[in-house]
Amino acid sequence: MRKLIETSDAVAQAAMLCRPLVIPMYPITPQTHIVEKLASLISDGNLDAEMIHTESEHSAMSAAIGASAAGVRVFTATASQGLALMHEVLFIASGMRFPIVMAVANRSLSAPINIWNDQQDSIAERDSGWIQFYVETAQEAMDTTIMAYKIAENKDVLLPVMICIDGFTLSHVFEPVDIPEQKAIDRFLPKYEPGDKLDVKNPKSFGPIAFPDTFAGFRKMQDEAMGRSIDIIKNVNSEFKKAFSRSYGDGLVENYMIEDAEYAIVAMGSACGTARAVIDEMRKKGKKYGMIRIKCMRPFPREEIISAAKPLKGIAVLDRNIGLGAGGALFTEIKAILPEKNVNDIILGLGGKDITIEDIKKSFEIAEKENSSTQWLL
Amino acid sequence: MSGKLNPLRKIVIHGRGGQGAVTAAELIAKAAFYDGKESQAFPSFGVERRGAPVQAFCRISKEKITLKSQVYEPDYVIILDSTLLPLVDIKNLSEKKGTLIVNTANYIDSSKFTGINVLSVDASSVALEIFRADIVNTAMVAAFSAFTGEISMQSMIKALPEIFERKDIIEKNQSVLERIYSNCKECKPGK
Repeated sequence: MRKLIETSDAVAQAAMLCRPLVIPMYPITPQTHIVEKLASLISDGNLDAEMIHTESEHSAMSAAIGASAAGVRVFTATASQGLALMHEVLFIASGMRFPIVMAVANRSLSAPINIWNDQQDSIAERDSGWIQFYVETAQEAMDTTIMAYKIAENKDVLLPVMICIDGFTLSHVFEPVDIPEQKAIDRFLPKYEPGDKLDVKNPKSFGPIAFPDTFAGFRKMQDEAMGRSIDIIKNVNSEFKKAFSRSYGDGLVENYMIEDAEYAIVAMGSACGTARAVIDEMRKKGKKYGMIRIKCMRPFPREEIISAAKPLKGIAVLDRNIGLGAGGALFTEIKAILPEKNVNDIILGLGGKDITIEDIKKSFEIAEKENSSTQWLL
Repeated sequence: MSGKLNPLRKIVIHGRGGQGAVTAAELIAKAAFYDGKESQAFPSFGVERRGAPVQAFCRISKEKITLKSQVYEPDYVIILDSTLLPLVDIKNLSEKKGTLIVNTANYIDSSKFTGINVLSVDASSVALEIFRADIVNTAMVAAFSAFTGEISMQSMIKALPEIFERKDIIEKNQSVLERIYSNCKECKPGK
């Protein structure tokens, strides 16, 4: 059924359709609408799940890990300082290979204190062993939440997934969303069958110490699972398309007008929607502009980006984050795989600064005129 | 400029925290959606404080809306609290011969708003009578509907139960919608 709803509502409804049994939560702006909605879905009897009100995000993630160890599907959501507070436990979730799904309503990190959108919070966690998706629309936020469980729970993956949603800029937007039927979701996403789980009748040890002779081996297995997830993400994206007639590029990267493009923007998140409108307008004026939208930041889809970027003369990477002392995070990764290309780093949209049509046009101009520059759009 | 990107209708709503500017944007977007159009609503992402100036935005189009930036060149500006009028940047509105809809019982000197179609409605008195509170968001959406024809009465009514939960609140909002809509239709100036 197509309805006009808030993105946070779409994410909560997507989580509900996936039938999680445990939802540990701690509120934080701009994520709170998601857990508020889940709380009312539970209290109205639409969702049979245990909501655990924890005393901090560190505890929320710890509870998610405990519940996942007990073999049930888990959902949670956070943002900004809350995600930063989870930092230590994020590595435990991924290291113990628990397929937890979490929405992050992206927000800046203090100081100075600021409650608005940028992607610094989840970018700071890009090496935490979580698969990271960055979404553009309410529909994609909903669909990606559903796909996330199928990817995370795949026996060749078993990694937690973060769905990154621009706080306010996307989380608080009301848009038309096609809400799938529960029956269709049940067919797409079968009941979760954990491999190992905490069970008093069949005791097992979880998370023991790894000495120097084995530790690296565990890390390597995680990295290999990330590598395998590339194909699984693509497969799940195709299966989703078969079931719901919608998909997002190849599941990792979504290109727009890239086939004959000379100059392109590489970006993540909601600003890609504004970029589409700019590309449409500038194409009419004869500019061969296009976009490579990075939906999946981890695993980093190297081959897919290299192949899409082949014909490009110039690239502007939009970074809604800053790796202080090293440039934008997306830029440094794109430049590393495209060393011969003219790749410009545009730092913009920090702390809630709107990314405007003019900012996108300026970025394309930089891709055309400059050569591997770094520019701040303040 | 953004106006040329799409056959878009762009709306900015100015209110004060607690007056329901965001809900007004949501109601417009939902009504447009039920009219069979594509639409979008979002707040200006402020820190919620009662009484502080807040803005909410709306886009309506026949085509899919992909823009996620704020609205800088509105076709319509709706002002829930007339004390905000001096704070509103109307330059872009006059360049586009846009429409300004203000909640006020007082006379507005339209000569101060060259090139702008200025319309006013006393929404507060109707809100005070029906809600016993000066909450004029649905009233001003009804005025917007009556004055501009961008959204239909039928679709506004259809959207109400998605926005308000309590039956009595839904009914009161419908009464406000109907009263303001007919007031505005009757007095709609021929200009």
